[in-house]
Amino acid sequence: MKLNAEEYSALCKQASPRSPLARDCCWAFFVGGAICLAGEGLRVLYLRLGLSPEDAGALVSVTLVALSGAATAAGWYQKLASRAGAGTLVPITGFANAVVAPAIEFRSEGLVPGVGAKMFTIAGPVIVYGTLASAIWGALVWLTGAGG
Amino acid sequence: MNFFWAFAVGGLLCVAGQLLIDLTAMTPARVLVTFVVAGVALSALGLYGPLADFAGAGATVPLLGFGHLLAQGAAEAVAERGLLGVLTGGLSSASAGIAASLAVGFVMALAGRSRDQN
Repeated sequence: MKLNAEEYSALCKQASPRSPLARDCCWAFFVGGAICLAGEGLRVLYLRLGLSPEDAGALVSVTLVALSGAATAAGWYQKLASRAGAGTLVPITGFANAVVAPAIEFRSEGLVPGVGAKMFTIAGPVIVYGTLASAIWGALVWLTGAGG
Repeated sequence: MNFFWAFAVGGLLCVAGQLLIDLTAMTPARVLVTFVVAGVALSALGLYGPLADFAGAGATVPLLGFGHLLAQGAAEAVAERGLLGVLTGGLSSASAGIAASLAVGFVMALAGRSRDQN
């Protein structure tokens, strides 16, 4: 069966599960908001413990990454993500999930071609384009002498 | 009040991601790349810093905040060490999150086991 691009996308649309926009957004809002709220709670805690704002921010990321990694290994994060969509994707916990899930999944293919390589399936592009964008901004700052 | 704004702003940024997924059929990887690059751009325009001051983790925990961190790092490194900072700034500021993800991924790969994704 030969299909052109339009027919294919029409078929795809038919076969995709219905995903009402309002419900998806509601889930994304509350789950994403809750993850950020947990991050804010940790940040306030670390600031009270006397950390500098930079260190507190970094430690919040590390803590959320570790929690997300554990939840991913236990299979809970994927369950939540199937409902929460972008609510679990957009926070840094989603980045950690995108690293940890393939690392576990491809363990059987070995430590280098499996774990080492597949960790970067999603994280790689994020790091590549994020770093490139930041380098462009850094070059602009250098050229214009503008403060960041 | 800080907690309320962290929740509300963080939630709204996730809704923005959900709209991208539902309305444009973007894959998760593209959404994450878009958010990080957008975070760099918003930070460069001077818009993200004030949001981060206002909403705290509500602005820094979403991946836009990761982009903000990269951009801030690049600008600070350029101020400190000149042209070389263009290359060193971004990744060094984001290194904690990246290294933590890789370390956790490695440990979980050794400790965990593959399971059904549903």
